[in-house]
Amino acid sequence: MVRSSRAAWAPYLLVLPTLVFLGVFIVYPMVQAFVLGLTDPDTGRLGAAPVRQMISDLHFVPAVRDTIVFTAIAIPLQLALGLAMAMLVQTRFAGHGIFLYLCAVPIGISDLAAGLIWLSIFTERGYLNALLFAAGRVAQPAPYLTYDQPGWLLAAVVLTEVWRATAIVMLILLGGLQLIPRDYLETAHVFGAGPWRTLRHVTLPLLRASLQTALIIRTILAFEVFAPVMMLTGRLLPVLAGESYLWYSLYRNPHVAAAYGTLMLLVSGAATWTYLRVLRPRPGEVAG
Amino acid sequence: MTFRRFAIYSAATLVAAWVVFPLALITLAAFTPRDTLYAWPRPIWPGTFTLATMRAFLGATDVLRSTWNSLVVAVMTIGMEFLVAAPAAYALARYRFRGRDAVQFLVLATKMFPATILAIPLAVAFIRWGLYDTLLGVALVHTALAVPFVMTMVTGIFVAISYELEEAAMTLGSGRLGAVVRITLPMALPGLAAAAIFTFITSWNEVFAASILTVDHRTLPALILTSVVGGGGGAPLDYRFAGGFFMIVPALVIILLIRRYLLTLWGVTLR
Repeated sequence: MVRSSRAAWAPYLLVLPTLVFLGVFIVYPMVQAFVLGLTDPDTGRLGAAPVRQMISDLHFVPAVRDTIVFTAIAIPLQLALGLAMAMLVQTRFAGHGIFLYLCAVPIGISDLAAGLIWLSIFTERGYLNALLFAAGRVAQPAPYLTYDQPGWLLAAVVLTEVWRATAIVMLILLGGLQLIPRDYLETAHVFGAGPWRTLRHVTLPLLRASLQTALIIRTILAFEVFAPVMMLTGRLLPVLAGESYLWYSLYRNPHVAAAYGTLMLLVSGAATWTYLRVLRPRPGEVAG
Repeated sequence: MTFRRFAIYSAATLVAAWVVFPLALITLAAFTPRDTLYAWPRPIWPGTFTLATMRAFLGATDVLRSTWNSLVVAVMTIGMEFLVAAPAAYALARYRFRGRDAVQFLVLATKMFPATILAIPLAVAFIRWGLYDTLLGVALVHTALAVPFVMTMVTGIFVAISYELEEAAMTLGSGRLGAVVRITLPMALPGLAAAAIFTFITSWNEVFAASILTVDHRTLPALILTSVVGGGGGAPLDYRFAGGFFMIVPALVIILLIRRYLLTLWGVTLR
């Protein structure tokens, strides 16, 4: 770290391009999303017309419901599986390097490709039906991704996202686990704590910061779930991001599309705030 | 073998299989003849393998052109990413200055604004700025989306390189910039390459903004999305599976190349 104040302006000059860039391409469009979503397209004045149009649309309520249900199911699964993966790596068994690589591969896989991968499993003539036929369980291909199978539609999207995005949770939690001093775990062991109690009373409290990060990032991204839904269900399972896309590209209405974007932003913000409050260190507890 | 070890290996095998199995299936599907994909009973293991499915996909309208577009966007994104993020990362790594924490927080906060929210207002702005339906416009958005990740990664890389080496070069008569260029950058090169590779995959995979911001100049994910759900809609299954496989090939190679840096990517440094 440079201590001299000889070139005090240098760091500011160096961070300036980043700040300008993020200002133009992140902050400005964010503000603009609110403005667009609250501008009456006919008069060009501020008004709630796009919001009213969004709410009165027949896909609105299902989109809100399905997005929330999807998030509520997918996030706990990702968290549990991600924690299990990270703890497996942390046991340092022979071959944990290859295991870590394999588990991390989905990080490089796009949500679009993940949707197509699971489409090859769940489509009518897909691998699931092929397997069931080979096992003698079905004679004719059973449809899963149709409008009268809402449970399967949701399950397919949840599985796809758990398969693809758990890797991120694993990496965040692994980073957190590696910061926990070994002595703590050994002390717990010496005092007779079993693996379950150690996890509950030592590991998880010390993992608080990582858990919080993982929860916030994954929840925000779950509210934006898009490509897997489009690949697996089209509009049979309407979600917020999908509606935003369709309002822009199909109905050519950026105002309602932006209203959906703003809604996602508000929901994500509320979720983040809740996590920060619920997971804050309690008095008398060591911050993780 | 103790019970504990047995449990660990079984769990690891199970989890690894869960991750790898779908990858194997899409690979299989991409080399399965079209007739077999639609056949019933549908065999899991195709009797014959064929390149025709992949060839049909690559020969389909606009696929090669969009692949080229995707590559151009990714390369532009990498270039701009380093122009924008590397100097700031250097400042965060080397200087203690007022507002440093604020800058760091702001950059990390941008992780929370995905393309889904930004793309619509940017499309409206890009029409005014003449950037709509251009590869540069898409690359600019991809650059912004990758900034928080590349910043944390590159800051970590610079922190890991001792400042004393730069000081030594300066004592020997080199200027500050010369010291950075001749000492720090060469040492940071492997890490910077990993950051570039990560930027590539972020751009290559991004679908929402690319679909919203382009009409004729589609990137590959945008093309696949619109040929599956767009107006014409309903691309055949063999096109979808071949497309899915084609999209993941770079991911497999790339994660292997940058596996050492995976943990730092998410803002955590270790060892």
